[in-house]
Order: sequence, then C-alpha cells, then structure tokens
Amino acid sequence: MQMPPLDPDILRRRGEIVAALRVIVPGEGVIDDLEGMRPYECDALSAYRQMPLVVVLPETVDQVSAILRYCQDSKVKVVPRGAGTSLSGGSMPVGDAILLGLGKFNRVLEIDYANRVARVQPGVTNLGISKAVEHEGFYYAPDPSSQIACSIGGNVAENSGGVHCLKYGLTTNNLLGIEMVLMTGEVVQLGGKHLDSEGYDLLGVMTGSEGLLGVVTEVTVRLLRKPSTVRAVLLGFPTEAGAAECVAAVIAAGIIPGGMEMMDKEAVKCAEAYVGAGYPMDAEALLIVELDGPQVEVDHLVARVEEIARERGATTVRVSHDEQERVLFWAGRKAAFPAVGQITPDYMCLDGSVPRGRLVEVLAEMREMSKKHRLRVVNVFHAGDGNLHPLILFDANDADELHRAEEFGADILRLCVRVGGVLTGEHGVGIEKRDLMGVQFTEIDLDQQMRLKCAFDPDHLLNPGKVFPQLRRCAELGRVVVHHNKLPFPDIPRF
Amino acid sequence: MTSTIKPRSPEELRQAVEWALNDGTTLDVRGQGSKIALGRPMSCGQVLDLSGLSGIVDYAPEELVVTLRAGTPIGEVEALLAQRNQMLAFEPPDLGPLLGREAGQGTLVGAVMGNLAGPRRLSAGAARDHLLGFSGVNGRGEAFKSGGKVMKNVTGYDLSKLLAGSWGTLAVLDQVSVKVLPAPDQTRTLLLLGLDDAAAVSAMCAAMGSPHEVSGAAHLPGRTALRIEGVAPSVEARLKGLRDLLAGTGAAMEELGTLESRAFWREVRDVAPLGAARDAVVWKISCPPTEGPAIVARLKALRPAAEAFYDWSGGLVWLALPASADADHVAVRGAIGATGGHATLIRAPEAVRAVVPVFHPQPPALAALATRVKESFDPRRLFNPGRMG
Ligand SMILES: Cc1cc2nc3c(=O)[nH]c(=O)nc-3n(C[C@H](O)[C@H](O)[C@H](O)COP(=O)(O)OP(=O)(O)OC[C@H]3O[C@@H](n4cnc5c(N)ncnc54)[C@H](O)[C@@H]3O)c2cc1C
Repeated sequence: MQMPPLDPDILRRRGEIVAALRVIVPGEGVIDDLEGMRPYECDALSAYRQMPLVVVLPETVDQVSAILRYCQDSKVKVVPRGAGTSLSGGSMPVGDAILLGLGKFNRVLEIDYANRVARVQPGVTNLGISKAVEHEGFYYAPDPSSQIACSIGGNVAENSGGVHCLKYGLTTNNLLGIEMVLMTGEVVQLGGKHLDSEGYDLLGVMTGSEGLLGVVTEVTVRLLRKPSTVRAVLLGFPTEAGAAECVAAVIAAGIIPGGMEMMDKEAVKCAEAYVGAGYPMDAEALLIVELDGPQVEVDHLVARVEEIARERGATTVRVSHDEQERVLFWAGRKAAFPAVGQITPDYMCLDGSVPRGRLVEVLAEMREMSKKHRLRVVNVFHAGDGNLHPLILFDANDADELHRAEEFGADILRLCVRVGGVLTGEHGVGIEKRDLMGVQFTEIDLDQQMRLKCAFDPDHLLNPGKVFPQLRRCAELGRVVVHHNKLPFPDIPRF
Repeated sequence: MTSTIKPRSPEELRQAVEWALNDGTTLDVRGQGSKIALGRPMSCGQVLDLSGLSGIVDYAPEELVVTLRAGTPIGEVEALLAQRNQMLAFEPPDLGPLLGREAGQGTLVGAVMGNLAGPRRLSAGAARDHLLGFSGVNGRGEAFKSGGKVMKNVTGYDLSKLLAGSWGTLAVLDQVSVKVLPAPDQTRTLLLLGLDDAAAVSAMCAAMGSPHEVSGAAHLPGRTALRIEGVAPSVEARLKGLRDLLAGTGAAMEELGTLESRAFWREVRDVAPLGAARDAVVWKISCPPTEGPAIVARLKALRPAAEAFYDWSGGLVWLALPASADADHVAVRGAIGATGGHATLIRAPEAVRAVVPVFHPQPPALAALATRVKESFDPRRLFNPGRMG
C-alpha cells in the first residue's frame, strides 16, 4: 500500500511539534514514546501498520481547536481517530502526521426523551448510547457489529450501518446534529435537536467523510422506542438463487424486515462449528429474516414470510418462539467473522454493494474468481440491501497470498461496480479501496469531490493519503478555464 | 425579456452550461418553475429549462429504486409508483396553491432540490434521505456524478445530501436515482379534540416515544392528529394502544378511516390548514418539538393575528403573519432564540423577499464555509445566483 512520501522537514521538527502539543494538552495527553504509541499503529485493517509522528489525546473542544489551528499554521498533518475499528484503514496513522485520538470525549451530555434525542461526545461507543437509554425503553438504531467498541464519532465519519439499516437507515438517517472543529480551529454547529438544515446540508456531507473534512466533537442522534415484539425466521434453501428470489419476493410483497441476512454454505459451516446455532447443514444458503413491531403485525408478517419462503423452495423454515431462540438464530451470524477466523490465519473483509437482483450472478462469478486466485471466499451479507461482505481467506505471512488476496478483493469490487453497484456499502474507502476509486468514478467526479475537500481543508492536512488515489493541489483544482471563443451550440432549442 | 434555453439531452445540458460560463451569463435553473416564488428574487441572464429532459429511465420495484430524468413531473412518478403499490416515503408537498399557483405542478427533482418533505419526515426522513445518486453538470461545465442506485453506499462524499436542499445553486442535475418504499395497506388517524398547543405537543411527543410507530403527528387548532399506517390487524392494535396511552389527556377522541385520512394528511402536507389571508406572509419554522408552542406564543404576543399549526410532532411550525414590509423576520428568528432551529420565509411578495433573508442567517464561520462549498461547485456563480443568499 503506497502512502504519500513522508515530509522530512516535519520529521526533523518532531521535537518542536511535540513541545507545542504539550503546551496545548498538558500532562499525559501527549504520547511520543514508541511503547505508548504502539496501540495506535493500526486500525482493524491490521495488515497495514504505521507509527504516527505523535499521539495527542485532547479532553476539551478548546484543545481540539488549538491543536488544529496549530497544525494549520505549521502545516502539520492530522489523522483523527475514534476507537480504531475501521476496516478500511481510515484511522491508520500516517508517519508524518499527528494522531488525534478522541477517546477522552466519552461522556453522554444530555438525554431528552420528549424530543427523543441524545447529545453525546464523539468517543462514546455506539452501544453506550443504547445502554444509556434502554431503561426507558429506547435505543439508537444503527448497530454495526463492532458496536461495543466503535465510537459514535467514528460512526459519523464512516456513515456506519448494521443489520437493521434496511428498515432504520444508516448513521446519516439517524443523526440530527454535530459540533465540529475546522482546520482553522473554528468551531461550527451543524443541525441540533431540530430537523433539516437552514442552508446547505453540511451535516450530510460530514457523515461518511472519513475524517477528511473536520473533527467531530459532539453528536446529537435520534432515539427510537424499542419495538414491542421481535421475531426471527430461519430459512434454508437448496440453492442460492432460491434464497435470493425469496429476498426479492419479500420486498415485492411490501414487507421491509428489520433485518434480512444471508450466509453461504461455507459461512454456515464455520458458524455452526463455532457456536452450534443449529443451522441446517444441508442448505446451500441460509437466510435470517427478522421482523419487529407490534405483536399482531409481527405475527402476521412472519406468516407471510414463511409462505413466501416455501413458495421459493425453502427446505428449512423455523420461526423463533422466544427471545432465547431468536438470539440463537443470530448467534451464528453475529459470530460469523470470528468463526471464519478459526479456519484461516487471516481474512480480508470486503464491503461492496450491488443491486439485489444481481446477487446470484455476483456470487457465482466470485466463486470462479476464487479458483483463479486460488483462495477461498466465504460470504456473509446484508441481503436486504445488497451489501456484500465476502471474506477472503489467506495467510498474511505468505507475501504471495497477501498479494493474491488483494488482487482477488479488487476483482470482486470491480465486479460490484460492473453490475451497477459500488465499492463500499458501509466500511468506507480509507486506504483499502482508495486506488479503486477510478473504477467507480471519472477523474471529473473525483476532482469535484476534491474541490469540496478544499472548501474544508485547503492544505490537505486532514487524514492525508486516504480516500483519494491522487491528491491535486487546491489552487490547481480551483482554476476556472473559460474559452472566450464563443461556442455556437446551434442545435439547442432557445426561445 | 430573458430568453430560455431548453436542452434535450445531458450533453446539450452540459453545452448550455459551458456556453453560459464562456459567455459570462447566469442561469435561472427551472424544472417547471412551480417554486420560483420561493427564495430570494434573482435576475439571471438566461432561463435554463429542464423540462426537455423528462421521463423514467428505470424502475425496479423489488430494488426499491426509481431512476428518472430531472424534468420528470412529480405526478408522473407518483402515478407510476402507485401502480406497484409503492410511494415516495418522504411525502413531498405540493406547495403550488400556497404559492399562488395551480396544484399538481412541479418536478420530483424540484422537490428534492428544496429538500421538501411532508408529515412522514418524522419517521421516514426528508428528500435528502431518499436521493441515492445523481448525475449533472457543475459550474465549470463538467458532467459529473455521485452516489449510485444501491441502498447502501459510502463511496466518496455523500454529495446527494448536499444537492438536496441546495435550491439549484450548486449544480444542474440531469438524472437522479431515488429510493422508494412500499405504500401502506391502510392509513388511519386518531384525532384528539380540544387540546391546547402545549398539551397537544406533549401528547404527540408521548405518541412518538411509544412503540406504536406513528407516521404523522400534527396539531391544528382544536384537533391533534396521529397517523397509523400498515397492515389492518397492526393498525387496529396500535390505534387501541394509542387510545390507552393518551386516555390521561382527557381529550375526546375520534378516528378517521383510510380515505379520510389520506385527504387529511394531504392537506397537512400541502399546508392547507393555514387558512390565512392571501396576502399574509408564511414562515416555516423547524425547531425541537417541545419548543414549538413557546415559539408560537411569543409571536402571537407580538402579532395577535398570527395563525399557526404544527406538524412533525411540534417540530415544524407553519406560521402566517399579517403582511408587512419586513415579514417580521427579526421577531420570528428572535422567537426561535437559543433553543436551536431555523425559519424559512416560504411566501412573501417579491419586494419583501428582496430585502429579507429568506433562509435563516448563519454564524460567520459557517456562512464562510457554505460560501466556499458553493464555490467548489460553481465558482462563477452561474446557477440561481443569490437565490439562497
Ligand atoms: C469486528 C468488526 C465488525 C464491524 N462491523 C461493522 C458493521 O456491521 N457495520 C459498519 O458499518 N462497520 C462495521 N465495522 C467497521 C467500524 O467499526 C466502523 O467503521 C466504525 O464506525 C468505526 O468507528 P471507530 O470509532 O472505530 O473509528 P476509527 O476507526 O477510529 O476511525 C474511522 C474513521 O473516522 C475518522 N474519525 C473517527 N473519529 C472522528 C471524529 N471524532 N471526527 C472526525 N473523524 C473521525 C477517522 O479519521 C477514520 O477515518 C466493523 C469493524 C470491526 C472491527
């Protein structure tokens, strides 16, 4: 993975930079020794590691503001970091950049049940929000599998999703406001407890901007009342096509399940060996369909889903009768990644999104690629919204396998784009998919995105080397070319 | 007389923008022009009419996505979706009559550009939450795209969010992909009678915080309405649950059936309950739901003739004030105060909109950022110059 060359001038000035940070954040908030920085050397894309220039852990918004202003004035780069669970290298350090950790921003500031919002600091974990409100019967809907660890600030930066996105949306659909600090040190409020923006929807742009535009220092999210009933249906199909048709038929019947997850035979085998969830071992594909809402509605829809599944040839149809059984249905799915981890030294988790109608053909083609690259692939995915998570099995100690895994991953993502999908559904571009951006976007598309970046960060100091395959200088991007030889365009109707 | 240029293809659209750039002129970008009376008045060199770029490109009901050209009339899209029992869940309002025009006009992209949304904003989101992707032309005359046609996509910046609500000031779209959802089998409404504003908002907030999945919560003078949608047995059970939950309010209750409910919520959506005089100015205030009644009370103390009703559980206040030269903008924005929120002047004579900030003024750092964002798309300010300013 190619990162931008380190700036020798910055490396030379390291002592001076550390001293300046110590003035802003006194005490133990600045970490510059190797051992202390070690825990920060990678995120969850752990095949790639890099020591930061220095780690700084501010505790107040004023400190964040002073750090960014200092970095802007001194042209020092900054990598913001939440909990470091990014799967795309989003929070991976850069050798000549400060790593700005938000871990100390870990307080729930306000819970307002009447308006159904929670205002929290960005370092609060995703699950921490739900935990803070569960005694009143509320929760925060987006539920990434990493929810016990990942921070809400990281969720905002990645626009994270979870198994319940199909019905409840991603982070962006559940976020009402943020406070953020710009590279200039200016603090701005976007949104709040009210809906929609008074001007351009910068809150929408910040969501999923992967730490490239500003540092989020406060987050206001929408709370939802927990549904009164939740039931899951476990379905086994003799073919993947049958399972995929079932997914389409459920949606065509006007049903939007809380979650609709699919696992291929390999994934079922691993999960079953790992947790013993009682999955049918004869099925080529397994579906878990979860329905939530008022009891009568859930019962009604469960019956509809059972009927649809049988029509599509399901060989296993089981409905959860109590909470324990529902949790058991999910146990295998939720443990799928660690379960796969049991049978391989390493795996790479991809995240392409495709139109649902192309699922079967994408899976078949992936198997062909698996032969070509001589690596196994296991599929676990959010079938309801077409978001695939192929897991490529490899051994990182074998340089050739790592290389083949990267090639295989890139082939899968190209395939996703070719069938009308996208490179990433929820994990972000980071460094992992950076060099594939040109598969999905033209140079003009990317230039437009970079110009937006320039509006926030004209010196490209925030999270450098991420998302964009090639950074162009803002001055160059900003130039307007006007042709003074007037073009006639005689054909376009005018009146 | 400004002349009109009407491209028939995305490439002609791009050429038209390039021509405007080279010619140093500006463009008044229109779908059908149904919302031209909304925003600051502009004087542009040329009208760019998008109605020649019309039609559905692709509709796949089981994918929950429809792709269409920018000039496609909204009615055409809604009719197509209805054939397959689907809908635009954000319930875009028809502001025609409010703005003194006929009902039933406008394009879907026009509604998206205003980030408009009806009562279901509360539970399903606004236009911003349903725009999956687009292609269009920036102010450099370059064709570009963003987003896609799939439900989940975090590849690159989410420019769809930015374009939704930009009132045509960032780029001219030629095509959009929009998420659609199944239409509910039944729509019914529980009416609580005789609650005052404060009691009504607390009842609506209680309903929204209940597990009964309320998809509309509006308070009109004397009537507080809660919408329940879905399959019959569920609707029945939830209505009963709501009645029990709100029994303590002491309010008399009535129910509206599906047909009546649809008509009722359509009126709320289109701001019809504001029976204000034709020359009254109309404001749209977005605030935390529980703050709505206090904001209205402050304004009624100042202007006893003010009329208001609430949608979004109290978080959307539609307010009519007697005509005045400055639309009472200082008072309206002052009434929101520190509680957070914003007010948009939706209807006022052109002369008033020329002197009053139609969109809520922003603090300096944010306003400067917004200006840089505008320039990153449209450096020469070709598109709808001044409309949001
Ligand atoms: C086992 C596992 C399962 C996962 N499951 C899911 C899943 O189901 N769905 C899903 O969407 N993701 C999933 N993820 C990915 C990851 O958890 C999410 O992307 C998460 O949102 C990252 O949060 P974080 O706090 O760890 O952020 P980090 O990894 O620390 O940072 C992620 C990005 O956000 C930026 N950032 C962090 N905090 C801030 C801030 N305050 N201001 C500005 N920028 C900031 C960083 O610069 C970086 O670009 C999973 C990861 C793991 C390891």
